[in-house]
Amino acid sequence: MRVLMFGWEFPPHIAGGLGTACYGMTKGLAHCGVDVLFVMPSASGDEDQSAVRIINASDVAIYDAFPNIDEFLGKVQFLRVGSNLHPYIDPDDFTDLVESEQRSQQEEFKFYFRQKYQFSGKYGKNLMEEVSRYAMVGGAIAAEEQFDVIHAHDWLTYYAGIAAKRVSGKPLVIHVHATSFDRGSADNIDTRVYEIERRGMQEADKVITVSDLTRNIVITKYGIDPAKVVTVHNAVDFSGREKLSVERGVHDKVITFLGRITFQKGPEYFIEAAAKVLKVCPNTRFVMAGSGDMMNRCIRYVAKLGIADRFYFTGFLRGDDVQKMFALSDVYVMPSVSEPFGISPLEAMKSDVPTIISKQSGVAEVLKYAIKVDFWDVNALADAMYGLLNYPALPHLATERGREEVDNLKWDAAAVKVRDVYQSAIDGQ
Amino acid sequence: MNKSVCFYFQVHQPDRLRQFRFFDIGNDFHYLDDFSNRTIVRRVAERCYLPANKMLHDLILRHNGAFKVAFSISGAAIEQFERYVPEVIDSFKALAATGCVEFLSETYSHSLASLASTAEFKKQVKQHADLMKRLFGVKPTVFRNTELLYSDMIGAAVADLGYDVMLTEGAKHILGWKSPNFVYANAINPRLKLLLRNFTLSDDIAFRFSDKGWNSWPLTADKFADWAVSALQKDDVLNLFMDYETFGEHQRSASGIFDFMNALPAAVLSRDLAFCTPSEAARMYQPVAPLHVPYPISWADEERDTSAWLGNDLQEEAFNKLYSLEADVYKTKDDNLVSIFRKLQESDHFYYMCTKFFSDGSVHSYFNPYDTPYEAFINYMNVLADFELRIKEKLKAKKTK
Repeated sequence: MRVLMFGWEFPPHIAGGLGTACYGMTKGLAHCGVDVLFVMPSASGDEDQSAVRIINASDVAIYDAFPNIDEFLGKVQFLRVGSNLHPYIDPDDFTDLVESEQRSQQEEFKFYFRQKYQFSGKYGKNLMEEVSRYAMVGGAIAAEEQFDVIHAHDWLTYYAGIAAKRVSGKPLVIHVHATSFDRGSADNIDTRVYEIERRGMQEADKVITVSDLTRNIVITKYGIDPAKVVTVHNAVDFSGREKLSVERGVHDKVITFLGRITFQKGPEYFIEAAAKVLKVCPNTRFVMAGSGDMMNRCIRYVAKLGIADRFYFTGFLRGDDVQKMFALSDVYVMPSVSEPFGISPLEAMKSDVPTIISKQSGVAEVLKYAIKVDFWDVNALADAMYGLLNYPALPHLATERGREEVDNLKWDAAAVKVRDVYQSAIDGQ
Repeated sequence: MNKSVCFYFQVHQPDRLRQFRFFDIGNDFHYLDDFSNRTIVRRVAERCYLPANKMLHDLILRHNGAFKVAFSISGAAIEQFERYVPEVIDSFKALAATGCVEFLSETYSHSLASLASTAEFKKQVKQHADLMKRLFGVKPTVFRNTELLYSDMIGAAVADLGYDVMLTEGAKHILGWKSPNFVYANAINPRLKLLLRNFTLSDDIAFRFSDKGWNSWPLTADKFADWAVSALQKDDVLNLFMDYETFGEHQRSASGIFDFMNALPAAVLSRDLAFCTPSEAARMYQPVAPLHVPYPISWADEERDTSAWLGNDLQEEAFNKLYSLEADVYKTKDDNLVSIFRKLQESDHFYYMCTKFFSDGSVHSYFNPYDTPYEAFINYMNVLADFELRIKEKLKAKKTK
């Protein structure tokens, strides 16, 4: 089986969790006998290509005849519709006809692809334009390459997936790592993005979601038929990671929040719980690592609650610093309001840090040995922190079993499920 | 007619703890979730205890004393009945008056004290025996330990208390090729006779009765009586031990469990088998062999050991912490604190912290008021921390006096 996969990033050049997930997934797919043709903008050449062949979208010539994406998709649609003009002929003849038709279409299509478009490959201001360009490139690649199924990761690549589907007639699988509803509150979403997402999901033969939580959003907020939405939980790949030993400067227990400081991550609940715990356990320290649009507000809140002497902000952490932060922590907390999956609790557990996660995170569906609380239930969160600080059996069990549990979340297992989804998409056509 | 069927039903309701946050520690002395305890005990009384007692009463009258059963009712359950549904006590008293019902002895608080402290264990057994005497007018002579926990040592301690019969599980890993349908004896003190639960036939009623995927579903009284006959072909006594809540609560009334039980005595008696109580069984049949049980067994889960209550770090920690308070609790000489200490010993609190249900056991989640073992542990430890404070305060107050 051969899959044409559209991503936006791939290690080592990553801005978020998507690249890491794609990397793990392609490796897993390679192990279960699926060839992956990975398309991404601005491949710089130093990506790990052991499991995949990476096509640099910037190297593909596209035409610039269509100023907007709808016109382009309309054109692609038109090409495909052309093959359906002879409905009453017998199947064999029809197949031949379609094949010759497709060949000619592909020729026709290539004709337009003259100019190369330079992708920046980073999430930036001209994102919408790049999404459109990427879609055109997707169509071009689909016309040239041989594959059985198309797999597109997150909204940035949905148009590319749709274009590839229209050109090739192969089934499209859309992978939802996050939705607009995870990025903004329900009444404040980017409608342009929502529209792209909805269109991608509608045109897809199968939709993969990273958690049941996300699956519910896809079904209820995007109105997608539940029958074609399948949950495949993410996994983690910690191979090649070495354990860091860090000298601890303080002997107090450290409770850590690590992530973007935005509304979705629930930083305020962490602060409120911290204030409650500090009343009873004054020898505790709290760290909020990361940056984001709510950071200043959080600093003010901490000052207002009068706990600033025990509460620290580190700013954005890079590379090894993340690992070091985990090594310094006694408890990791992810009080997310909405988290489609959430990989960082797994990293914490891998580093032997007991974790508290919100029930509103996808990762809560796969973890048993993490303590789960409702993000809004500050009392429960504080109580869980207190328990981990004061009753030694609790962190002991949570770290020991937690490490085993995380070690068992393998991409190979997830990849088998993804492959099954491919197969059902192919069979369903 | 020398073969018998011996029924024993366990009646227990735990004292569920209320949500006790760490900010409550030192501020609030009320640990119990009165609302859910009341709601649950009333519901179970309505679905199970009252109708089942009435059915048994009718059966005993109908069969002119040929049908007999035994009960073990924990002190925790009795206290809740007295507080919330006293009519249940009356209906048990009516059963006692028929003379065909035996009441067994157990630990007052349905505790695991036999695994922690012999002194505490003996105190609770005595407390429970006194309660049985007060309510039903007879001092129990047969002992059944919490969750049928048993080991050679526990058996010896029970014999020391003057009991000569004890019930336990017919655990496969102990019996091997041997049949549970005989009377056995304790390996240390052979005077103590053992009745072993036939778990296959007991669970056919208690767990599988309404399981439509079971190849013997539906289970009828005649079918079951035939199984009893074939089980007793060469053996003496078939011990059917189960939770009383099987009738109407675990197996809903709509499953036909009451009709089944209503027809069972006639079916059994017509096949030339008798019913007996545990003390009668021990009197009628001779022990066939001593039973060696070096490590504790119980009737819980597939493992039939103590792992449902003491199988992980959380449970061990909570358990050890609890019993480390024992000496101080009695130093306070405060009846209220002692009573709370006993309530905190109920095995159910530890059951809620079991991590085994991650892999199996819908049974565990059914009995569990907490979503996760972590919550159960944190809540229990918070209560225990408060309780420890109360004991210290009390002891300090005594010193200054």
